[in-house]
Parts: sequence; structure tokens; C-alpha cells
Amino acid sequence: MITVESLTRRYAGFTAVDNVSFTALPGRVTGFLGPNGAGKSTTMRVMVGLTAPTSGSATIDGVRFADLPNPGLEVGVLLDASAQHAGRTGREILTIASDTMGLPRTRVDEMLELVSLTPTEAKRRVRNYSLGMRQRLGIATALLGDPRVLILDEPANGLDPAGIRWMRDLLTGFASQGGTVLLSSHLLHEIEVIADDLVVIGNGKIVASGTKEELLAAAGTLARSTSPRDLAHALEQAGVPSTLAGDGSVRTDADPARVGAVALTAGIALTELRSAEGAGLEDMFLSLTADTQREGVAA
Amino acid sequence: MTATIVPPVTTTEAAPVRRTARPIPTTRLVTVELRKMFTTRSGFWMLMSIGILTVIAAGSVLIFAPDSDVTYESFTRASGFPMSVILPMIAILAVTSEWSQRSGLTTFTLVPSRGRVIGAKAITTLLVGLGSVAVAFAVGALANVAGSALAGVDTVWDISLSMAPQLVLFNLIGMAIGFTLGVVLRNSAAAIVGYFVVSLVLPGILVLLAQVRPWFEDLQPWLDWNETQVALLEGAMDTGEKWAMLASTTMIWIVIPLVVGLLSLRRSEVK
Repeated sequence: MITVESLTRRYAGFTAVDNVSFTALPGRVTGFLGPNGAGKSTTMRVMVGLTAPTSGSATIDGVRFADLPNPGLEVGVLLDASAQHAGRTGREILTIASDTMGLPRTRVDEMLELVSLTPTEAKRRVRNYSLGMRQRLGIATALLGDPRVLILDEPANGLDPAGIRWMRDLLTGFASQGGTVLLSSHLLHEIEVIADDLVVIGNGKIVASGTKEELLAAAGTLARSTSPRDLAHALEQAGVPSTLAGDGSVRTDADPARVGAVALTAGIALTELRSAEGAGLEDMFLSLTADTQREGVAA
Repeated sequence: MTATIVPPVTTTEAAPVRRTARPIPTTRLVTVELRKMFTTRSGFWMLMSIGILTVIAAGSVLIFAPDSDVTYESFTRASGFPMSVILPMIAILAVTSEWSQRSGLTTFTLVPSRGRVIGAKAITTLLVGLGSVAVAFAVGALANVAGSALAGVDTVWDISLSMAPQLVLFNLIGMAIGFTLGVVLRNSAAAIVGYFVVSLVLPGILVLLAQVRPWFEDLQPWLDWNETQVALLEGAMDTGEKWAMLASTTMIWIVIPLVVGLLSLRRSEVK
């Protein structure tokens, strides 16, 4: 379990992380979202002791990362896949990490196989790796010590579609075995598919956190019917504001149960009724972080 | 997702409980750092160039030097010369590559105690320095035996027991200066340039200053670490005063900056 409590990190002139608190629970994948420069990476660096917090704390199972005797065996970390010595081979980077943790060398081959780096690729220097290959190498380094907690910053970056699916299966599998996963990403679709819990950060502050269902439910309901106009009218009659979208669907902030009840009373047959997912996470993300977006997207 | 019910396997060992991780021993850190020094392309070629240049240097003495110079001292000096340039570079890169190549992100995540990592790097640097100087003495000895046989002169063993440790110290101080610059600047290019400034540019300025300002003349050897380096290289550290000068320059150029650099390094952000 990862616990972040009232974490603040100030730099001369600005506050990168402002009183942030959240937990990432075991057995769940926690998605960490936010616009560029919102403080995601700074928060993650504080968690693993690379940046000292101005105040507050971040602990792994109640222990500060820096106090873990052999952190590699407990927490797998991938913050930046490009942060490797370009003059080393992929295999050498894994060997060094495995030696530091005191693991048998056989573990290196296991990991290379797990992340599908071929022996020839492993012999090449990281300078010549594509971003996707570096990402795979970084994931291999994170998993090397068979940790119970994973902290991954943009791990899907640069991976091909097959790699993204592989990564998704890997992380859900890891969580279902009781592991804790904290993962940041800009790929909202990825997060939506994979995450159980969400933490949204904007301008260094938490703007929303909770389970994915809770947060997306707040984003409203999507309903379809053979006569969308009648449905919209019925909702209006019932005092539920709604919008009729161009594709014939009706969107509203009310929860699905309320919409269903209104439709029933009005005798309208619904062909579809669900939480407005799909575009939901993107909409939610943009509206929650509207104040902090560079492009000034309207909420 | 439905939970699958797996009948508990009764073994003597408990299910994957929290492993009791043991702290990483310092010997392991030193071994890893030693490996890291030479498994990069630049590190590998620096080590190779020490080997190659040492042999070339000893060989050129063998070919070009007059018979009177076919002595253990001239061979060892020649084979040790390339080292005096390359060893400080190795010391610099051992520290700075963690920042310039950003591998520190992994290193300091696996070992959060940065002081221990830098300590292990210092031990590794010392070992490499001692090892290289041993190679210089060995190559010098081989060349001396071969050279005197070829030239048909008596083999001259003219490195005294007091001179050998001074030659060793000469190389170690050069490495220590490089290491210190690495810790303080944490950037490969800046530290390498810095090394050439303090070893080539600075002595000239200090000597010039001593010439134009008489009051500085007595002070200069206490400030200029190159002055004592030359004495060490010649094996001429024969007075207590010279050793005191060495202590003074070591304090100014190594101990104080190293302490300041370490304090800032431990607090700094690794990006």
C-alpha cells in the first residue's frame, strides 16, 4: 500500500505539489492523472526518495522508501525509461540492477523473456533502443526484484498496440495477486480500461479521487431510445436537465436509475442506458482540470 | 472478476508473506560500482587505453631512449604517464555519469542512501587507482628486464622504497581531485573541463601571481596542489614542510570541497 499524506514540495517561486494526500491500495490499480506539469512526476519522485518533500510524507506499507533495507525487492519503480546510461547494453543494465539487489543472474534472462526483448536486442547498447524498447527494459528493471508495489510513470509511452495490451494484462494480473500498482498516464483510454481507482491532480492539488465507478458516475448518464426527443422532453418534464446529442443519444447529469424511472413513467422504451463512460473519463478529466489546462478547454 | 478458490497447499513454508529483506552490504555495492565503471563504452575504452598506452609508452622508451636511461625509473615513469591523465577522468565519470547519463534515477532508487553509493564509488576509485599503478610498476619491470637485455646493459633497479609510495600517492591525489570535481559539479563535461582548469590553467596563474606579488610567493606552494604533485612525481617529498604543504593543498582542493559537495549531493534532486 502506498500512503501519501499532506505532501508538499515547493520550489523557489512555485509549489509543484500542494498538500496532496491519497492512498493506493493493494489488489488495485490506481491511475494517477493530470495535465502536463501538474505535479505527477514530482509526487512520484518524492515517493521513491529522489526528491525531498518540503513537508508531509509518502510511505510504502508504512515505511519511508529511503528506510527500506533493499527497496528493489519491495517496490518496482519506472520513472523515466530514457534515464539509463546510453553506453550500456540492455542486459548489462539488468545485470547491474540484479546484482545490486543480490538476485541470481538467471533472473535477468527471465525478465528479458518476460518483456520480449530478444537476446540480440539485449546485447545492443541502449543508445540504439527505440522508446518502446527502453520502456520494456524499464519495466523489466521494475519487475526484477519481484516487488509487491509498482510505481510507474507513463509506462505505456512508446509501446506498440500489442505491447500496450501486454502491459495491461501484466498490471491487472499483478494487482489481482494482491500487488499495489500506481500508474500515471496521459493515455486516458488506457487508464480507463486498466484502473480501479483514480487520483486526478491539477496545479499540484488533488482535484478528485475515488473509485473509477464513483468518479465516472458523477460524469452522468447516457440513454438512447427509439424516440430521443420524447425522452428528452420527458426528462425535462421531470425536472432533469438533459442534452440531446447529434448521434441521437440523450445525456444528463442524473444517475441511470433516475433516468430509467422517468422513462418508465413516460412509457418510453429505452434501447440503451448506462453511465456516460467512453468519452466519460476524458470529459471528466477535462472538466476537473479545466482551470489548470494550458489550452483553456471549456468545462 | 470472480475469485478462484484454491485449496491451501500445506507445506512447511508459509505462503508469500512479507520477505524480510536484508540491507545491501557495502561489499556488494563496491562490486557493482566496479562493474559499472567498465561496462560502458567509454569506461571500457578508458581502461583499454590505459593498458595500451602503458605498453606503448614503455615500448617507446625501449626504442628511443639512450642506454643510460634504460632504468626501472624511466620505464615506470613512462608507463605511468598515460595513467596520470586517464585515471582522474575515470574518477570523474564514475560519479558524474549518474547525473549526465541519468542512470542515477535507477541507482539511487535501488540504494536510497546516496552517501553509501558515493562511498562505494570512492572505494572503487581507490582500488582502480592502486590496480593501475601496480600495472605501471609491473610493465616498467618487464620493460626494464627486456630493455636492459636488448641494450646489453646491466638491469638498473633505481626506484627506492620511499619513491614508490610517492608515485602511488601522486596518482591517487589526481584521482581524488577528479572525484571531488565530479561530486561538486555532477556533470561530466563541466568536471572534465574543471579538471584541466585546476591542473593546467590554475598553476600558471598562481605562479604568475607569485612572480608579480612578492607576498604571495611564500603562500603559493601552500595553495597550489600541482606544486606538491610535481614533488611527489619526482619522489622529492623529503621535508616535513613539503608534507605539510601537501596536507594544506589536500584540505583546500579535496577535503573541503568534497564535504560541501557531499552535503549538497545528499539533498539535491535526482532528475
